[in-house]
Amino acid sequence: MSGVKLNNVIKRYGATQVIHGIDLGIDDGEFCVFVGPSGCGKSTLLRMVAGLEETTEGQINIGARDVTRLDPSDRGVAMVFQTYALYPHMTVEQNMGFGLKMNGHPRSEIDAKVAEASRILKLDDYLKRKPAALSGGQRQRVSIGRAIVRGPEVFLFDEPLSNLDAELRVEMRVEIARLHKEIGATMIYVTHDQVEAMTLADKIVVLRAGRIEQVGAPMDLYRDPDNKFVAGFIGSPAMNFLNGKCAAEGVDVPGLAMTVPMGQAAQNAGTEVSIGIRPEHAQIVDGDTHVVELTEALGGVSYAYLKAPTGEKIIVEERGDERSKTGDRVGLRFDASRAMLFDAASEMRIR
Amino acid sequence: MHPALLGLITIIVGVGACIGYFWASNQILDKFIFPAKGPNAGRNINRANMIRPWLFLFPALTALGLYLAYPVVETVRLSLTDRDQGGAFVGLANYQQMMGEPKFWEALRNNMLWLIIVPAFSTGFGLLAAQLTDRLKWGNIAKSLIFMPMAISFVGAAVIWKLVYDARPPGTEQIGVLNAIYVYFSGNDPQQWLTIPFWNSILLMIVLIWIQTGFAMVILSAALRGIPEETVEAAIVDGANPFQIFFKIKVPQIMGTIVVVWTTITIVVLKVFDIVFAMTNGQWETQVLANYMYDKLFRANDWGVGSASAMVIMLLVLPILVWNVHNARKEMR
Repeated sequence: MSGVKLNNVIKRYGATQVIHGIDLGIDDGEFCVFVGPSGCGKSTLLRMVAGLEETTEGQINIGARDVTRLDPSDRGVAMVFQTYALYPHMTVEQNMGFGLKMNGHPRSEIDAKVAEASRILKLDDYLKRKPAALSGGQRQRVSIGRAIVRGPEVFLFDEPLSNLDAELRVEMRVEIARLHKEIGATMIYVTHDQVEAMTLADKIVVLRAGRIEQVGAPMDLYRDPDNKFVAGFIGSPAMNFLNGKCAAEGVDVPGLAMTVPMGQAAQNAGTEVSIGIRPEHAQIVDGDTHVVELTEALGGVSYAYLKAPTGEKIIVEERGDERSKTGDRVGLRFDASRAMLFDAASEMRIR
Repeated sequence: MHPALLGLITIIVGVGACIGYFWASNQILDKFIFPAKGPNAGRNINRANMIRPWLFLFPALTALGLYLAYPVVETVRLSLTDRDQGGAFVGLANYQQMMGEPKFWEALRNNMLWLIIVPAFSTGFGLLAAQLTDRLKWGNIAKSLIFMPMAISFVGAAVIWKLVYDARPPGTEQIGVLNAIYVYFSGNDPQQWLTIPFWNSILLMIVLIWIQTGFAMVILSAALRGIPEETVEAAIVDGANPFQIFFKIKVPQIMGTIVVVWTTITIVVLKVFDIVFAMTNGQWETQVLANYMYDKLFRANDWGVGSASAMVIMLLVLPILVWNVHNARKEMR
């Protein structure tokens, strides 16, 4: 078992550069999630680790070995694809054993490893079936089984749950978490779903346009984002951002019709800023500054979509029995110590 | 009258008659036979709808019956009669006579050889060309060139290849490419290639392989592109080398298409006539069944034996045709 180290990794397609020098260390046995909007380069980065995309510049290490120029099969990685990528003409058993067979392992060893993987993933009943006779969840389990059988140092998951329905996705998410605990191998997991990222990761890497925005443990990113992008990406529903301006006595926010007392404001007086408030940190109170445009009741919680006097939209989480209705005129209260301040121009956090 | 004008009139009359037939027959059905009114309106509509498909099928069924089904029946009948006895029924005498002719066995043996070699090489080369041209920048140009013989008629191709195999007297400039190369490298006298038994059959087969490879390539290339890229990538990560990926991942996934291509070419081969007719006319032990049939039917005017050999061709084609249609349907699903 071993970790992964990326050193100033760059990817170009002709003149177009898509990955702009990524430095990243993933520890042995860590579950690392690459997350970001589509087109941010997270899948490309994963495929570069796998060796399916050539690395233009920089170095990739797995353990102590430099694997930058190695073939995918020599890197000690196994990959799970979004579309499962099972070989349709082989049975589940043959699918899982294919990698070992190609590398000339003896029959008995292949059988033993396939049996072990099938036990872990509860696939014993399906070993003789072809992929076409399996459900989506079963297919993805086979695909994971194929990865396990090869006994890789690093598991690579490329949006493995995106093709499953919502219920199965939750189930498989738990399964993957359990698998990580059981096998303890290093895993890199790509997703655009921040819920998957938050629930599975030891370490989240937030990517945007081929650059790392922030790296950290899930709750650290949630509580202490470095910039507006990470703050907006982590957390569901997303953080509310309102335009404001720093002054000596605090941040003047027209969208809240108040001046928010914040310590950082004084030394940045005159700066245009965005103030960030999470939906779960604000409460609806009596007042007439905001209008409820829409409410979504999910049962335990509701989300109220408020329109500020400036026209900005704010989402507020509501719990309990008293909840607002569409068309209500309400006020807003929140804990100023939990609000975050971002520079309007650079989008960096002002701490 | 000007022929173009005649043609135009024919088209107008023909198409008009078709439209007129469909319109009038439906009108008669709906207005007079089963009118959608009166006490039995509901029942009439249902009955009219049951009959309607047959109205549409009728012209096609008639044409197929007249030009396909009837000739088959007539051929069976003719194969059991004798012309010299004024068309009297002679049982299986024609078949017996045919079995006794060495030329028939030669044709059958050659046909079997064609049957094995041509589909195998056409499909093989087609698959190879499809795989190799898929990733090339100039692959599409290569594909067009390989596909082009498909546009040439069999007779045209036969003429081209007859020139390739052509021989001029020793000492003169060889215009046949094969002899030109042969003479240059061996220094021997040029050969009349098409008169050398066994090899001349192979040389004829090359013509058909040359034509059919393009067909195989186009179909198989489309099938190869239909293979999900991820299965190939998964195999790469699994450590398969390019040969293993091709034979263990790609080929099995397009097996259905390969079978369809193979059987389609097999049927073409069983009917092969033009190439042999134009190049050797079955001489020097290159006879095939279709040319044998033509010889008997139209040269010897022996419709009995000619029809009997036609029946043999049909019996050979039939099982392959059934299998081909079965596989093609499976592919479509």
